[in-house]
Amino acid sequence: MKDLIQKLTETFSPSGYEHDIRQVIRNEAEPLVDEIKVDALGNLIARKGKLGKNGKRIMLAGHMDEIGLIATHIDENGFVRFSGIGGLYPHTLFSGRVRFVNGLTGVIGGERIADVSKTLSISQLFIDVGATSAKDCPIKTGDVAAFDRPFFDMGRRMVAKAMDDRVGCAVMIEALRNLKSSPNEIYFVFTTQEEVGLRGAATSAFGIDPEIGISLDVTGTGDTPKARKMDVGLGRGPAIKIKDGGMLSDVRVVQWMIRTAEKAKLPYQREVLEAGTTDATAIQVTRAGVPVGCISIPCRYIHSPSEMVDTNDVDNATKLLVALLSAPITL
Amino acid sequence: MANTTTLDKKQTDLLAKLSYAMALSGDEGEVRNIILDEIHSYITDYKIDALGNLLITRPGTTDKPLKVMLAAHMDEVGFMIAADDGEGLFRFEINGGIDLRQLPGKAVIVGKEHTPGVIGARPIHLTSVSERRDKIPLNNLRIDIGPGSNKVKPGDRATFATRFQRVGASIIGKALDDRLGVAVLIELLKHSPANLDLQVAFTVQEETGLRGARVAAFFFNPDLAFVIDSTPANDLPVWDDSENLSYNCRLGAGPAIYIADGSTLSDPRLIRLLEDTARNEVIPYQIRQPGGGGTDAGAIHKQRSGIPSVSVSIPCRYAHTAAGMARTSDFKQTIALLQATLQSIPQDILAQERR
Repeated sequence: MKDLIQKLTETFSPSGYEHDIRQVIRNEAEPLVDEIKVDALGNLIARKGKLGKNGKRIMLAGHMDEIGLIATHIDENGFVRFSGIGGLYPHTLFSGRVRFVNGLTGVIGGERIADVSKTLSISQLFIDVGATSAKDCPIKTGDVAAFDRPFFDMGRRMVAKAMDDRVGCAVMIEALRNLKSSPNEIYFVFTTQEEVGLRGAATSAFGIDPEIGISLDVTGTGDTPKARKMDVGLGRGPAIKIKDGGMLSDVRVVQWMIRTAEKAKLPYQREVLEAGTTDATAIQVTRAGVPVGCISIPCRYIHSPSEMVDTNDVDNATKLLVALLSAPITL
Repeated sequence: MANTTTLDKKQTDLLAKLSYAMALSGDEGEVRNIILDEIHSYITDYKIDALGNLLITRPGTTDKPLKVMLAAHMDEVGFMIAADDGEGLFRFEINGGIDLRQLPGKAVIVGKEHTPGVIGARPIHLTSVSERRDKIPLNNLRIDIGPGSNKVKPGDRATFATRFQRVGASIIGKALDDRLGVAVLIELLKHSPANLDLQVAFTVQEETGLRGARVAAFFFNPDLAFVIDSTPANDLPVWDDSENLSYNCRLGAGPAIYIADGSTLSDPRLIRLLEDTARNEVIPYQIRQPGGGGTDAGAIHKQRSGIPSVSVSIPCRYAHTAAGMARTSDFKQTIALLQATLQSIPQDILAQERR
């Protein structure tokens, strides 16, 4: 599992440019499924099982994309101005290293500010790719980059860029490996463009027309010094989402998840996230409406180059997912 | 080689007519009628849908042609009369994104009969220095049409009364966003290539949230889409001679191709197709700076199971004010680029990896 997470998090694929991660995931998933395809927005859709007696058509969504940077202008001295793809926090950027999708690297510098207690805004930051003029700069407007930071195994905890949401993708792949049989027709969808507005989930859900939707994503925690109050912490089990900034989980789905976790004696946490949301939000309002829920992997320092998760949480999220999918479902 | 920079009289007249027309979001009939007049001899059928989109299909003659949607919005930003204060004075609301600082002292036209009026402002003689420093809130602004008329009613739309002008290589007018796109689309429809099922949408309610495009894309269910819009050029010199880092796009540098805006990440295959075509045909183009904002593509690409989309815009200075300015060369080159691109779309473009 750790090797898989390392492989997934060390791939560079910001929103809209998911081809590399799609190939990595495809290599993992293809031998495990009955059918696999890529749709118009680049979602990787893998089907496992056929609708059996008492079965349901289920869509799982874990997003492949990660937050990133996009070049907006190359100045006359060859510095690259940029804006964000998805929610970049300016205070996580200065002196960070980035890698462009085309393989080129750069470091983020900033304009001088008189008051060092202030944070540089994104418009005061630039990427230095080692160029000396606009002419010899190998980057052009519109080129896309992501954080460059290696995966870090701390034993019980793991740290990486893009843990959001490659850890969700890893849980789905592991669940595929461990799922022995199921009466359900399950679509494992590795979605695109989540970080810019849940776009891939919206269109893939339209195509699949599921009876139940579940997203696998990270959620924030309240267990660090002076954190925002939140009843979720690392190592206390996967979080069963009840509400977030964009969605109210279907009550029946929440109860089904809790019932299943308790029966399987798996630890779990009840999640109420005040800001932020997941692919389930888009799935819920597709076509005539879909009952949805979300299994969250608690994660510290989300949208920074060093996102931290707990190994046991990842394992237990996988077990919970397998337990949910293995049996007939009555909501 | 065809003239790719200046306008002939017919094109100028059409742009003037489109610019003068009043088509606020939700009431786009004036522009729709101009378009129908212009294209009726080129089409056999059209549909005006429930929201007012004008939808035209031109079937291709080849085997299994790609379904390609083209969209440009008919509506413009402006005002809606909210209440009658008597004596010809009316409170009003804003339609779409308008900077209130742009309003005082502007001449406007109101309602179906284009009744003239003015957005009043207290003159300099009667205002204090401190008063002039602040922007005037919408609550304190009125449209004044003078007493004695009963033509204007709450719910009527209003827009800027701006004379359309040709000045050298430029045009000045109101609502160039997106009448320039509408004119491009008319041109593409008249000379539509036979290798595609062309699905043309003159859309409504873009300025209030891409509403028309959303339902038009559902109806057409195309394989891919091009959106033609107008994007602000912020290309004036910076006051302190430092480098302008956020020009968005520049007048005279050709059609502006979108890679990313607030609502869409353009399909990389379509971006590449446009850039390759521009290079092959030696048509100037520019990349619009990635950033915020949005076009009809924001609604189209998320429709149904997803529709690969890209936007191309004609640069326009002073967008969403009483008078915008655009270059005729950018307009003509946008037509040229899209025409050449449509003719050269490979049948298997979507079979290529999206990268």
